[in-house]
Amino acid sequence: MSTRTANPMWSALASAFRTNKTSWVGFVMIVLIILAALLAPVLAPADPIEQDILRKLEPPSAESILGTDSFGRDILSRILYGARISLVVGLASILIASLIGGALGVIAGYVGGRVDRLIMGAMDVMLAFPTLLLGLMIVAMIGPSLQNLIIAIALTEIAPFARIARAPTLLLREREFIEAGRALGFSDLRLMFVHILPNIVSDLVVMGTLWMAQAIRTEASLSFIGLGVPPPTATWGSMVREGFEHILDAPWLAVLPSLAILLTVIALNMLGDGLRDAIDPKLRRE
Amino acid sequence: MSDGLTVSGLSKTFVSGGGLLGGPEQRVRAVDDVSFAVEEQGSLGLVGESGCGKSTAARCVLRLIEPDAGAIHYADIDIAKAGRHELVRIRRRIQIVFQDPYSSLNPRRTIRQTLTEPLRVHGVCAGREADERAGQMLSEVGLSRDVLNRYPHEFSGGQRQRVGIARALMLEPSFVVADEPVSALDVSVQAQVLRLLADLRDRRRLGFLFISHDLGVIRHFCKQVAVMYLGRIVEQGPVEELFREPLHPYTRLLLDSSPVPDPAARRDLSEETGEVPSASNPPPGCAFHPRCPHAMPVCREIRPATTSPAPNRLVACHLYG
Repeated sequence: MSTRTANPMWSALASAFRTNKTSWVGFVMIVLIILAALLAPVLAPADPIEQDILRKLEPPSAESILGTDSFGRDILSRILYGARISLVVGLASILIASLIGGALGVIAGYVGGRVDRLIMGAMDVMLAFPTLLLGLMIVAMIGPSLQNLIIAIALTEIAPFARIARAPTLLLREREFIEAGRALGFSDLRLMFVHILPNIVSDLVVMGTLWMAQAIRTEASLSFIGLGVPPPTATWGSMVREGFEHILDAPWLAVLPSLAILLTVIALNMLGDGLRDAIDPKLRRE
Repeated sequence: MSDGLTVSGLSKTFVSGGGLLGGPEQRVRAVDDVSFAVEEQGSLGLVGESGCGKSTAARCVLRLIEPDAGAIHYADIDIAKAGRHELVRIRRRIQIVFQDPYSSLNPRRTIRQTLTEPLRVHGVCAGREADERAGQMLSEVGLSRDVLNRYPHEFSGGQRQRVGIARALMLEPSFVVADEPVSALDVSVQAQVLRLLADLRDRRRLGFLFISHDLGVIRHFCKQVAVMYLGRIVEQGPVEELFREPLHPYTRLLLDSSPVPDPAARRDLSEETGEVPSASNPPPGCAFHPRCPHAMPVCREIRPATTSPAPNRLVACHLYG
């Protein structure tokens, strides 16, 4: 018997990959997309914002593999750099949303009573707004910029994380190890965030993967209607919008960044679905 | 106030439902005017069927459940009235061992974290010294020191219960509440864990409040026993005397219904069994009268007072009033 063993959470995640091919494919795709975004300066054949009016609307060719847009910018380079915006917005907003939402859900579930009704009531109000509409309102209020976009999308996704965190907290609260902690004089804060939270992190990771796809879609939609990161920064959403003006004469302008969004969202969904299927029965078994 | 644990007039009523959408309000008198005392280093067994309120009473003693009424004293501490600071003192002196070893250990925390956390929280010690104490405690409960880095799912039920016992003893309490500490374990393991508890009790001079539905376990472990029925204590006394000569009809029923090795000695219980009445709607008078073979008219109307028909014996029954 070895003296050092893996944390059960990580071994559950690892076995999720072993037993579920879908999540494995999603994981590989996401890793490739992240690598492409990280290595954009190396991989991109041209500067993503440098204009060359003489070479505008060129179809894919040996010189620029995916063609150029209406300002003569290299589309492959713009898609690679655009991946950075999508991934940063998706990841940062999900991190913020899961931290705030997770904490609110644990507090609501653990404390119960009036606090629970107050928090979850507020979450229900937030859930009643369509994500895009809520994001649009927030960006319209605080103005479009990368930072504000992250804040706006994070705010729209706090509510689902609060719900995800609250349900298992209600179950864990009744477990005897929480009672043992109280008998040992542990504070409520310690019981909530040192004892309960680590038990629901895997649920939050699964939801985070699925909701990151949603966050990337929201970011693209906001960019599409001009409330995303301001130009000339390359983002997938704003590329689709710019391409729309030339949808008949140069369809690749809109189609290629759309494909990038599609692939990323599908990859995240595959990863999240697979993780959920693999992790859920384990949590029940314990 | 004498040494040891003294509980008097302890009551707890749970209210469910009520309110705007909660449906009809239900009140359950889980613990109803319960009094008992455990001497310093003594051991009292609290026995009764499931749902009789024995676990609630035990949790009230630790203020894990807030009692509605009653006085609880341990040594010089008034537990029922204790504020935040005094509660911390109580935590270091009275600890609890739980029934379900699968639910009582946090699956995400190593044995090291589980055992050293109380020391860190109470500022006793940390780091290497805490690890050292955790290791010592593990060997005291019959586990290897090597298991410090492991997670609970790697252990059997009996081993987990040993970890639970070790955790309860980390703060070196002088009194332990054991809530059905062996009833979730295999019979073969029960005896081992029971022996461990008895060893620890003798070595560390612990006082015990031992909750169980199993009379055999109580008989083995405790000097004193209190029998609970529907939230009230119906009989109390020294274990040997109570087993030799049970006074309350309910105690007799309990003793008769525990397994007897000799088939010829078994009695037919059919006339005395029957359903336990609902605690939310207990019968008037003596709560046991619908099942009692000696029920008299007075039992249906007047709740029997506790009397002492013999030295050291207490019983709440009209037969002795």
